[in-house]
Amino acid sequence: MKRSLFNLFALLAVLSLALAACGGAAPAPTAAPAATTAATEAPAAPTEAPAVAVEKTVTVGFTASQTGSQEVSSKRQVNGFNLWMNQVNEAGGLTLSDGTIVKFAAQSYDDESNKERVQELYTRLITEDKADFLISPYSSGLTAAAAVIAEQNGKLMITTGAADDDTYKQGYTGVFQLYTPGSLYLTSTVDMIKTLDPAAKIAIVNESDKFSTAVVGGLKPYAVAQGFEVVLEEAYASDTADFGPIINKIKDSGATVVLGGGHYPDGSTFARQLYERKIGIQFIGILVAPPDSKFSELGDAALGVTGPSQWEGKATHTEAEAKGLGIEWFGPSGADFAAAFEAAYGDKPTYHAAGGYTAGLLLQKAILNADSVDSEAVKAALDAMNIFTFYGGIKFDTSAEAHGLQIGHSMVVIQWQKNDAGELVREVVWPADVATKSPIFPITAP
Amino acid sequence: MRNWQKYIGIIIPLLVVAGLMLYPTVTGKAAARETAFTILKAIALASSLNILLGYTGYVSFGHIVFFGFGGYVGFYLLSSQGASLWIAILAGGLSSGILAFLLGKAILRLRGAYFALATIGVNEAMKAFINNFDLFGGPTGITLNFKTYLAYGGASKALEMAFFIVGGLACLAIIMSYVIRTSKFGLGLLAIRENEDAAEVMGVIAPDAKTWAYVLSAIIPGMIGVLFFFKNGNVEPHDAFPLHASIELLVMVMLGGQGTVLGPILGAFAYQGMRGYLVTSDFFKDIQLSVSGALLLIIVLFIPAGAVGWLRKRSELLRRVLA
Amino acid sequence: MQQLNLLLASLPDGILLGFVYGVAAMGLTLIWGVMNVINLSHGPIISLGMFGAYIVFIKMGINPYLGLLIIAPLGLLLGVLIYVVAVHRVINAPHLSSLLATFSVNMIIIGLGTAAFTTSPYNVDFNMGSVTLGSTTLLGTRLIAALAAIIATGSLYLFLYRTRPGKYIRAVANNRAAAELMGIPSSRILALSFGLGTMLAAISGALIATFFPFSILSGGGYELKSFVIGVLGGLGNPIGALVGGLALGALEAIVPAFMETSWVPVIEFGLFILALLVRPNGLFGAKE
Repeated sequence: MKRSLFNLFALLAVLSLALAACGGAAPAPTAAPAATTAATEAPAAPTEAPAVAVEKTVTVGFTASQTGSQEVSSKRQVNGFNLWMNQVNEAGGLTLSDGTIVKFAAQSYDDESNKERVQELYTRLITEDKADFLISPYSSGLTAAAAVIAEQNGKLMITTGAADDDTYKQGYTGVFQLYTPGSLYLTSTVDMIKTLDPAAKIAIVNESDKFSTAVVGGLKPYAVAQGFEVVLEEAYASDTADFGPIINKIKDSGATVVLGGGHYPDGSTFARQLYERKIGIQFIGILVAPPDSKFSELGDAALGVTGPSQWEGKATHTEAEAKGLGIEWFGPSGADFAAAFEAAYGDKPTYHAAGGYTAGLLLQKAILNADSVDSEAVKAALDAMNIFTFYGGIKFDTSAEAHGLQIGHSMVVIQWQKNDAGELVREVVWPADVATKSPIFPITAP
Repeated sequence: MRNWQKYIGIIIPLLVVAGLMLYPTVTGKAAARETAFTILKAIALASSLNILLGYTGYVSFGHIVFFGFGGYVGFYLLSSQGASLWIAILAGGLSSGILAFLLGKAILRLRGAYFALATIGVNEAMKAFINNFDLFGGPTGITLNFKTYLAYGGASKALEMAFFIVGGLACLAIIMSYVIRTSKFGLGLLAIRENEDAAEVMGVIAPDAKTWAYVLSAIIPGMIGVLFFFKNGNVEPHDAFPLHASIELLVMVMLGGQGTVLGPILGAFAYQGMRGYLVTSDFFKDIQLSVSGALLLIIVLFIPAGAVGWLRKRSELLRRVLA
Repeated sequence: MQQLNLLLASLPDGILLGFVYGVAAMGLTLIWGVMNVINLSHGPIISLGMFGAYIVFIKMGINPYLGLLIIAPLGLLLGVLIYVVAVHRVINAPHLSSLLATFSVNMIIIGLGTAAFTTSPYNVDFNMGSVTLGSTTLLGTRLIAALAAIIATGSLYLFLYRTRPGKYIRAVANNRAAAELMGIPSSRILALSFGLGTMLAAISGALIATFFPFSILSGGGYELKSFVIGVLGGLGNPIGALVGGLALGALEAIVPAFMETSWVPVIEFGLFILALLVRPNGLFGAKE
């Protein structure tokens, strides 16, 4: 009796599995509720709009890492993008010269920070959800997989949070990079060190993954060319938690400067342990982690740590700067963006958020320049793009070898310092003309 | 009529695969094709694993190592040496087979959980090694130039072709699985599963038989690896050797019923379909992993023979129809 | 000479860490020894221990070491619950069943943990100062963690050898059928053993949290380390696990002195396979 009850239960379970499986194999019906959010917006709006205006809803598709190792940065990026979209839609959309009003809708899925399903999800975004334009996932690895799908379907993809140079050297024509390429991430930090201590001995310690290896690939020859001695080069596995042996090695090498890191989890761990072990390093430059607001959770360990940032609220780019360079200015000021972001999410924007927002802004500008939402026209507009926004310059390489590589944007260097109230704050310390504070150097306080 | 009935055990599984291959072609939906690709890939991998797990009873927790290793070798030839996709796929299968042969000689001596642990070690060691191996790009991995797809009629055609190849490989895995099960060699394997020592007494040369089962179960994953990386356009060490994917394969075989031909197919279908549904459903997406886990637990606890095993126990007719 | 300096600097640290690894592995190996189950939910339970320390310290303001007194019994209860729900039915089934049953528990915990804590890294910013001895710096948190690990091991031994339930556990591990004939309630003893195993995992997690950042996914790495340690020390042998933990801790300190740190996992897992092949019962002479 008891046994058959179990079996019945089990049978039910199998049935529900099978049902779920059918749902997965034939996604059309299940995807419908999600898609309707985009569809219902379109018919609702025209009743309010003047009779002549045709309203078009453009769907922007992307995957986000709601879980997994890229979650922190990915969420900020998505928040930035959504802020832009809401602002544009609330302002009544974009108006093209023929009177068409363009509004935006977003469709996204969770990629779990995992490449396994990225292609499946992007294909679904393109073919089922009819995405007109794509934004990249966060991180170079996921973007590389997504780019193949975008390219083969002839969809444009604006990448943000994907700095690795490699993806743009594969012969793609519809992938456009917003970030300064990885190989240039730490070169400005080297310039800065040169002004602080030209005789510094550099230890390069990086995560052994795609992005960090690309950064180091650009960093090392540059540092050597600038006359620095690189006394240690060390790569560590992505899930490293104990940096003790590495730190001992750094100490042993006689380095005065540590450059490297990788992503948020390992970078913050590394910084914390460098602090705990007090080995007398004078300057620390770490990728990705320091520009994140969460980094201040490290407390005193964060003090003095620097990192390259794609954008900083304190040194945001201005219209005057654009004028000086003779480049067209577009979009809100940095202060307006930061205020809107804080109002929406209760958190100061980081460069990941600014990247997400600017990806939208760039799409907006390209559509306006093309005066069309047609992929080919927008692509031509992106190819010809040369603008300045609060995020900085945006211009793409259009050569066949490196099409879509960002060449107009430059990075700043931030450092965690204490303000008068003793709170940890991010200050911009390089380049000198936009710096908000002079760098603390050397950082080893007694 | 007789003949038709005799081969029904292989006809049903092949029909399932044919259905999966036809569905996206008929409907013309690229998203359905992607979903079907994921499922077919899982079917091929799970059916391969079943040759070892289901027939000999050896639990491999690191079967994905063959997918990653073969895939890396083939993808390297494809992207850096200008080999054609076909050569690359063959090379992937071959290198995985050789790896399995060498490994098999060493670790198949271990039994039960010790073998399972060793396979985990092999996978992790291989992943860490590739991460340091500069020829395969080290941590950066290998990226395929988009122009490579031109040789196959452009990216769109190339991906469609990859879909049909994965279907072909799934069929190959199923036929292999069926032939082994109905062969004398397969009987020897089943004897090993029931009692290895007794099997040796009865004249099964267990070390050889196990090794060959291991090799046969490794070839298709190596080929699938090449194909999957070709389709993805790039590979990095951590996506080539995901330990959790190995465990998911075990889950699929278990769900459907280990040691049967149809079981891994149903298991792969159900598991991938379910995950694909949960991850994109608004309601479940936050707790999808927990829902999958709970369902799995129910199956493991209450129908350990898997769906096919359970059905086979129900009736004589089903036992004849379901291999 | 340079290598020697590095070794002297890194080795003490690695060994301290090894004690904590050892406690985690002891939990795994205890369960294996008593019921021949490899607990694949080991990793997420370590993660839960980490979050336990976080909640106790950050949210409730209790010293994390005192917090162990809360975390340990909760770990025990969780283990008993997992045993009753997921393991008991498959205890006599082939290995695959218990592996998958504990793996589904793994999925459930990670799924719920992700919903509750996301997968972002957390920090228990707890500083106990440091001691400098010659070329090496010993962190206070690690010294205390090692001490706690030794206490946990000692208590486990006292429990197993000096108390009645402990003796029952050893009897069941030795021969379950015979133990049942002697009137030992084997189901309850199995549940207790599983509980003890998860308790050790949770304790090690809480200790790790005091010096490393963590997320709900972090436990997976320590689970793999526990496998390696379990095999080095001999599966089913708790003292072996502690020794294995020390060996692994030392290895992680030694390897970087001679080659790039990214080679550590290659050596680690290579050694693991070798140990399985050459001495499947452990490098340290464990008995069958």
